[in-house]
Amino acid sequence: MSARERDRLDRRTFLKTSAGLVIGFTVVPRSVLRAQTAAGAAKPMPDPNAFLRIGSDESVTVLLAHSEMGQGVWTTLPMLVAEELGCDWSKIRVEHAPAAPAYAHTGFGMQMTGGSTSTSSEYDRYRQVGAIAREMLVAAAAEQWKVDAAACRAENGFVTSGDKKASFGQLAASAQKRKPPAAVKLKDAKEWKILGKPTRRLDAADKAAGRAGFGLDVRLPGMLTALVARAPVFGATVKSFQADKAKAVAGVRAVVQVPSGVAVVADRFYAAKLGRDALVIEWDLGPGRDLSTDRMRAEYRELAKTPGAQAAAGGDLEAGFRSAAKTIEAEYEVPYLAHATMEPQNCTVRLSDGKCEIWTGTQFQTMDQRIAAEIAGLKPEQVEIHTTFLGGGFGRRATPTSQVVAEAVHVAKAAAAPVKVVWTREDDMRGGYYRPMWRNRLKVGVDAAGSPLAWQQEIVGQSILEGTFFAPMLVKNGIDGTSVEGVADSPYVLGTPNHRVGLHSPKTPITVLWWRSVGHTSSAFVMESFIDELAKSAGQDPVEFRRHLLKDHPRHLGVLNLAAEKAGWDRPLSAGRFRGIAVHESFGSYVAQVAEVSVDRDRIRVHRVVCAVDCGVCINPAGVAAQMEGGIVFGLTAALHGELTFRNGRLEQSNFHDYPMVRMREAPSVEVHIVPSAEKSGGAGEPGVPPIAPAVGNAVFAATGKRLRRLPFELA
Amino acid sequence: MIELQVNGKRHRLDVHPDTPLLWVLREDLGLTGTKYGCGMALCGACTVHVDGLARRSCVAPVSSVQGKAITTIEGLPDGPWRVVEEAWVAEDVPQCGYCQPGQVMAAAALLKARARPTDDDIDAAMSGNICRCGTYQRIRAAIHRAASGAAPVEKKS
Repeated sequence: MSARERDRLDRRTFLKTSAGLVIGFTVVPRSVLRAQTAAGAAKPMPDPNAFLRIGSDESVTVLLAHSEMGQGVWTTLPMLVAEELGCDWSKIRVEHAPAAPAYAHTGFGMQMTGGSTSTSSEYDRYRQVGAIAREMLVAAAAEQWKVDAAACRAENGFVTSGDKKASFGQLAASAQKRKPPAAVKLKDAKEWKILGKPTRRLDAADKAAGRAGFGLDVRLPGMLTALVARAPVFGATVKSFQADKAKAVAGVRAVVQVPSGVAVVADRFYAAKLGRDALVIEWDLGPGRDLSTDRMRAEYRELAKTPGAQAAAGGDLEAGFRSAAKTIEAEYEVPYLAHATMEPQNCTVRLSDGKCEIWTGTQFQTMDQRIAAEIAGLKPEQVEIHTTFLGGGFGRRATPTSQVVAEAVHVAKAAAAPVKVVWTREDDMRGGYYRPMWRNRLKVGVDAAGSPLAWQQEIVGQSILEGTFFAPMLVKNGIDGTSVEGVADSPYVLGTPNHRVGLHSPKTPITVLWWRSVGHTSSAFVMESFIDELAKSAGQDPVEFRRHLLKDHPRHLGVLNLAAEKAGWDRPLSAGRFRGIAVHESFGSYVAQVAEVSVDRDRIRVHRVVCAVDCGVCINPAGVAAQMEGGIVFGLTAALHGELTFRNGRLEQSNFHDYPMVRMREAPSVEVHIVPSAEKSGGAGEPGVPPIAPAVGNAVFAATGKRLRRLPFELA
Repeated sequence: MIELQVNGKRHRLDVHPDTPLLWVLREDLGLTGTKYGCGMALCGACTVHVDGLARRSCVAPVSSVQGKAITTIEGLPDGPWRVVEEAWVAEDVPQCGYCQPGQVMAAAALLKARARPTDDDIDAAMSGNICRCGTYQRIRAAIHRAASGAAPVEKKS
């Protein structure tokens, strides 16, 4: 790091903390970054300077390598640091980290938030950061007092030894001059005072009071606002456009063409909107003009009849079917879905000499940085990313093309001004990157007792990962792991002596993306509904039937039994109420849900959901409960309402009137039970979603005798 | 010129009279606590009070609210309404938090109309506000907590 850079960072850090002395800088020296990113190298200890600042005002600032999008990292990651550091919890401050290699995901190698991994991937690193800083503070105190470090302890923001006592803030200056220890010993879980205890969110007060800053709230001096007229069908390009009327709108400053369409840049949102409305654009629609969901459904139906690429296989399928007493077949289908984050997509960009500054709520800093640099003609390290709070993520703010950021850099470049590109709700819904449509065709042969002997399943759906950064890791032999997750690794499938799972990954112009719980959104619905069909066919209770099939899967059994017990599965319900159950593993966590429903003139009402979760070591039970509650509502929206359709290339939905959400009056009461566990931490943000659709569908079957094999559910 | 009274302050603004109040609050007055979610009064993220009643600022032309008392989340007065925000913290309501200022404004308007709302009252008053993170059950609990006048719990768990 040059002296100038150091000075700049120093001053910036100083300003940020406004509190004088700090431990180190927010960006680590390049030599360290190189060491950390060397291929195949053993993971070195984290540099505490990148993650932690202790101010002379006693503030303890934790920098987040993950983005806060509702999942609670603003609280959970500081908990990991605080446990080891021994600081005063009330002194914790939190910031999103800048984009830099030091913040690369410990598993994926790039700075990103996703896969329900924020806690598990940081479990060691953030605790180590806390422990390293504690050791440095203790060493500083020991030296000052001329005592053995072993005779000092760090607790509640102070280091003490006998009658000597110094605060972290008082010790920070001398601690920061010390060399970090080469190794630290982390606390045993039995000694935890913070981890494992339900802890309230640190961002709740600011969010309730409207003080939390989201991407849309960013304001810069001289900033303009742009709306972009984008292609009406996938793959369309601008043939020509007339901007006269748009430019005549008061407040419109410029109309510029960018790769994604035509941007109207104005002083304010409303002028940009009027300007965009006044644009006349002739589009070259291309082959996307013929896109039709009805036709695609018919094509998927045909494809499912043929064997796809082999995703899993075992035994002898033909022999299995020959020896079966009975064969049961079914087809399941789920539609395209939009993430519909409450905060529509947006990004603010300011270009200046040798610098590109970006303000946005992103899940994908490294990708954004690389792509923005290419467009701006800069090096990635010349791109500064200021991650704001995310008004919902669910995967949408992590596109492999950095769709939103890339476009905003193009607009800022063309407009030669700082610009905030705002997406309207309609833009957001029509912007692509949807949860894929999937069809599953199942044929299962069972013995006389109803246990599966032969399991054949064909999956049809677009690949999310093909062509992305993750393809080398997660696409094997033409099989996109996200297309078959929850099926190819299902205990039901692998427990059937003869089985085969096939995959068709048709290509379409529609852009697809991970959507909170990804392939499990479909696979849990398919598997847990179909298991109910098998239970019915065998004349067995759905819980008993699952217990038998999952007898060698203790964590599945644990949540299944807990949910059944807490829901009173064996007790009768009041008149008109019916129950359904589902159990599914995803992202390293096991979740079972019992849904209690009633059906009134084709209207499904979900009254209560009992949820049991085993997420391994649980860092913040309050956060896990909140994620289960939220995941259930998110999944319920997909079960009851969510569907995107195309006709003549155009998306038929545009806003919340035709893409409805579960609202207060439809929201069930949810109770969450967490299985105590010492297993490796799993995820929490996504695993609550998959079981709810099948649990509700199974309850509807109990109520009506109708088996619903398509989402969203329709009884009429 | 448009004359607005927002959070007790008067403003004279040179804006297009059709501009939705939402954008005037956010862009001209810098009151970004009021959120844009749908632009069609479908989600409630933009909820403010106009003469004490909950209104969707994204569809209210600024000219239509001249001379009326507009209150935003930033101006939710201390005293009786602070308890609503405190209840939100006590029940650990927000997740992403984007919709929550609108939820708090809708809840405050409800509590003004009904000091002890029933679950049916809450369903009726709050179903215009979407929370994509699904915090509804905690919002319900927070409204009941605020209505009961329960003292806020300590910040630390």
